[in-house]
Amino acid sequence: MNQIPDIIRTIPLNYYLYFSTALFIIGVIGVLIRRNAIVIFMCVELMLNAVNLLLTAIASYRADTNGQVFVFFIMAVAAAEVCVGLAIIVMTYRNTRSTDVQLLNNLKW
Amino acid sequence: MLAFVLTLVLLLGIVIVLAYAERKVAAFMQDRLGPTEAGPYGSLQSVLDVLKLLQKEDIVPAAADKKLFKLAPILIFAAVFAGFAVIPFAPALVPAGIGIGVFYLLAIISLDVVGLLMAGWGSNNKYAMLGAMRSVAQIVSYEIPAGLAILSAVMVCQSLDFQEISYQQGALINQFPGLEYDMNWLFGIRELGINTTTIGGILTWNIFRAPMLLVSFVLYFIASLAESNRAPFDIPEAESELVAGFHVEYSGFRFAVLFLAEYSMMVLVSLVAVVLFLGSWNTPLPNIGPVSLAYWTSGTVGELSGILWGAFWLLSKTFVLLFLQLQIRWTYPRLRVDQLMHLCWKVLTPVALGVVLLAGIWRLLMV
Amino acid sequence: MTESLFYFLASLTLLCALMVVISRNPVHSVLFLIITFFTISGHYILLNAQFLAAVNIIVYAGAIMVLFLFVIMFLNMNKDSESRVKTSTLSKFAGTIAGGLLFVIMVAAVKDTTIAGYNADTFTSQTGMVETLGAVLFTQYLLPFELASVLFLVAMVGAVMLGKKEAGEQHF
Repeated sequence: MNQIPDIIRTIPLNYYLYFSTALFIIGVIGVLIRRNAIVIFMCVELMLNAVNLLLTAIASYRADTNGQVFVFFIMAVAAAEVCVGLAIIVMTYRNTRSTDVQLLNNLKW
Repeated sequence: MLAFVLTLVLLLGIVIVLAYAERKVAAFMQDRLGPTEAGPYGSLQSVLDVLKLLQKEDIVPAAADKKLFKLAPILIFAAVFAGFAVIPFAPALVPAGIGIGVFYLLAIISLDVVGLLMAGWGSNNKYAMLGAMRSVAQIVSYEIPAGLAILSAVMVCQSLDFQEISYQQGALINQFPGLEYDMNWLFGIRELGINTTTIGGILTWNIFRAPMLLVSFVLYFIASLAESNRAPFDIPEAESELVAGFHVEYSGFRFAVLFLAEYSMMVLVSLVAVVLFLGSWNTPLPNIGPVSLAYWTSGTVGELSGILWGAFWLLSKTFVLLFLQLQIRWTYPRLRVDQLMHLCWKVLTPVALGVVLLAGIWRLLMV
Repeated sequence: MTESLFYFLASLTLLCALMVVISRNPVHSVLFLIITFFTISGHYILLNAQFLAAVNIIVYAGAIMVLFLFVIMFLNMNKDSESRVKTSTLSKFAGTIAGGLLFVIMVAAVKDTTIAGYNADTFTSQTGMVETLGAVLFTQYLLPFELASVLFLVAMVGAVMLGKKEAGEQHF
């Protein structure tokens, strides 16, 4: 019942650290170089998932439930955020007929 | 691996029977004859249909997104087929017994939606797109009442493991590790003083262990009709307005896979309904005094007799539900989109929430 | 065996994440993101966090990404509309280099730290199970849990308000 999963025995926690850092950076680069609002939004989700992965990894290694509960809350907040964010993107599309973020450089139309 | 092949073969067999049954039931309800030519009473008709489909040319539209178009049917079928992995077919016979089976099933079924959108978008066809959009909106909406109905059953059983839920609903309850001292009471109420632990049969099915589960069974059945795009909720593929919905552009083998996925979905939702509400692989016959019908018709756990009886009861209950689905298809007219959403959000969801609350209170009384 | 599974899943995750950023077509981006979430769920299963693996698929792959696909198809974005908004090569380079530098800094920061791994004495494999998480969630974290439901209500109202037709607005 209380046996330690193989992955925890064989893979050092540091690997997860590097792995989720790389995932996070891919998200950051995506936000920096893409101009489509929806793709930028997806890259933000990618960053959130990198954080989730690291939290879960640490929680599993340290046998600490709090980390995993935190991931659960992050997912809940992400769902709410996507719901409002996509509504905003659809709104801006209605006004500008495009999802290019460069067109949104003025504060009013 | 063996479980994979066995389940696939069993599923193909059931789907072929179901496709034949669909045409015969339809014919019967419309006072026609249905297929009569191939084999006795046309019973080879669906085999011939499959052979015909496999011979047809696999057409990929020139303007389609080719990768998505080709991948979509496989993804849809894989999502549905993966759901069968956690369904227990008999005591001691389950392809993959994992502790969070119910949860896994809900997760893997929701993937179906992605495949549908891929098919609709990849076809580059307005009808396909409209069909996919409608289908996804419908499936995502109806997942909520279906999920809540399942949740109420899970709350009564206090387990997410399909096999444990199955054992709880019969006279074999004490043979499951961890349930050795559990007892069943009529309607789940100890105060009534009628101990049904050794009586088993229909009295220990979930709909009798907690009567409000009968309501959630009905809710789940309605929602599952919508999830498998069956009439009266077949708006996504309404032949008379959308040609065929998301699979307009498919032909040959890929169409056969989509067809198979659709029928597998029907079988899967019926199996889940049987496992969660109608006593799973348990016999409906109770022990009456010295006439221990329940034990006679359950076989021995782990031996061939147990497997055969279990599979027999499970499949026969499933076929009853499937027949009900076919009958409903030819009885009720198709709903409008706004009626569909009204039914889901303003009727089924509030009732399902109420049932979940009631199930929680009932569980407290049961202990 | 498990070790190679980790490397396989990790490289697949990174590859698909890169494809999300690189793909021209937003629909392909979304589909690659779904694969990424799947491989991340695989990692959760390897880490014995089954509950989170299932929730990840239900919430992300099943709900959030479907919303994305829905919006993209609704706005009818495809390769043509995407090729009109092209990032200049200069800003692509600048973005990649800036991101790469951030990566270097973060790796340098964590390289020399020692992180305590698992403790064989206090380790329990039940951490990620539904029962354990449920017990913690409904006792210690009850208030945040209830607040999350309020958050959902607010988000729902907000989305409906934003999506509503305004008077005199012209529609497509």
